[in-house]
Amino acid sequence: MLNYDLVVVGGGPAGMAAALKAKECGVDSIIVLERAEALGGILEQCIHTGFGLHYFGEELSGPEYAAKFIEQVEKTDITVKTDTMVLDIDGNNLVTAVNKADGLLKIQAKAIVLAMGCRERPRGALEISGTRASGIMTAGTAQKYVNLDGYMPGKKVVILGSGDIGLIMARRMTLEGAEVKVVCELMPYSGGLTRNIVQCLDDFGIPLKLSTTVVETHGKDRLEGVTIAQVDEKLQPIESTKEYIECDTLMLSVGLIPENELTKNVGIGIDRITNGAVVDEMRQTDHKGIFACGNVLHVHDLVDYVTLEAQIAGKGAADYILGKCDNEPCYVNTTTGNGVRYLVPQKVNINNKEAVKLYFRVGRIYKNAKVILECDGKIISSKKKVKLAPGEMEDVVIPADVLAGMTPESSIVVRVEE
Amino acid sequence: MKRELICVACPLGCTVTVEYNDEEILSVTGNTCKRGEAYAKTEITNPTRSLTSSVKVNGGVLPVVPVKSSKPVPKSMLFDCMKVINSVTVDAPVKIGQVIIENILDTGADIIATNND
Repeated sequence: MLNYDLVVVGGGPAGMAAALKAKECGVDSIIVLERAEALGGILEQCIHTGFGLHYFGEELSGPEYAAKFIEQVEKTDITVKTDTMVLDIDGNNLVTAVNKADGLLKIQAKAIVLAMGCRERPRGALEISGTRASGIMTAGTAQKYVNLDGYMPGKKVVILGSGDIGLIMARRMTLEGAEVKVVCELMPYSGGLTRNIVQCLDDFGIPLKLSTTVVETHGKDRLEGVTIAQVDEKLQPIESTKEYIECDTLMLSVGLIPENELTKNVGIGIDRITNGAVVDEMRQTDHKGIFACGNVLHVHDLVDYVTLEAQIAGKGAADYILGKCDNEPCYVNTTTGNGVRYLVPQKVNINNKEAVKLYFRVGRIYKNAKVILECDGKIISSKKKVKLAPGEMEDVVIPADVLAGMTPESSIVVRVEE
Repeated sequence: MKRELICVACPLGCTVTVEYNDEEILSVTGNTCKRGEAYAKTEITNPTRSLTSSVKVNGGVLPVVPVKSSKPVPKSMLFDCMKVINSVTVDAPVKIGQVIIENILDTGADIIATNND
């Protein structure tokens, strides 16, 4: 059995930033376990630019953003095991993993950071009738084919879902010579960043059909076409609007699901909206010594925010390992008010001496609205927002002096007011 | 004249309003940083875009290496640039930051590798 102070599960942006932060905070032995053959996670296939504007102040591609962290990790004595799959974490922080070189690994950790990321919602999760013809894939799979494997998965493309990966792939396929016929979005608004609609669809004249979905796929061996239809307020297809579109590829960009099988095995509490663990302001789960950050905690739209969150978790894990953390935390839950779908962290230790930033998403599009933070019935802050959209993560800060004045009976509410 | 744009300089996506006439840009409002102002001005006069793609590699770990334009290129030349990028093959090893195509189509932008292979 191996012994490490800190085991980080996942070597993507979250895992690397958490490990580096823990190292910087003085943790001796750290190991990062990564399923893929190299560090970097999903950034390796995100070859478009737009990463790092907040964190580095420069516009980088995914691999460039990852490389900055990989270089830093390589300069430290952090152990990295790639091609390594974590199979289980038990209640005593014993990690079981497997790889070709070591076989079965048992690693006893003082603390664990969960940074497994998320995966795409697959076709099976949607109710689309039709055969199992080839040519139907998630946008992320198509992105891997084009950007890492160097081949084109199709020529005539329909994209279902307007998540960012779908939008990015609409542009990528177009630039490589494919015809992207339409992007269909079930909801009356796009789930992607506005800039991606502008520079990935509008720039190339690709239509975005809102309140529209794919109801049927056609073709036996290879996809030959899809039937799309508009949906009513209850998201049910409207028969009279059915339309056949010839295509050989259907890409799905219909949401991301945090990959929390390991988390659930430990028995850690999961937030049913984020599908990630319930955490405090240090990103510690309800299992002592186990922290979570990045897309496994809640799906982010910007990697820069993943990095910042992972650093919080890395510091939290370091404090835990070095015996610096609060052993008798006094938690107040954060509560979602009108318009707010979820809040991370879900609880805040009021003994904490520092300001706490809460991240959240709204449930629909708002124009000229106010984001209000209310503690114990008193409005702490009211921030005007020209636009709020479900696709864009927002934040609000609880000042340190407000936290200091709280009791276990206090309330923290974030809401949207029009 | 007045045009409303969504700034694509960063993922924030600010709505920027530009007032202009045939000779000059009169005002830019709604932007929250200087990059937004610069974006709005070029978007009216000569729209440009960053271009990212991949280039074939001989003898690398992966068959392709990702590349980007060192600065934005005119929007109207994106497909012409793609033709040039797709006609090129490089030999491994490729280093991040390595110039793959110098001054592509006289745009002043180099096509550079964005990963090692």
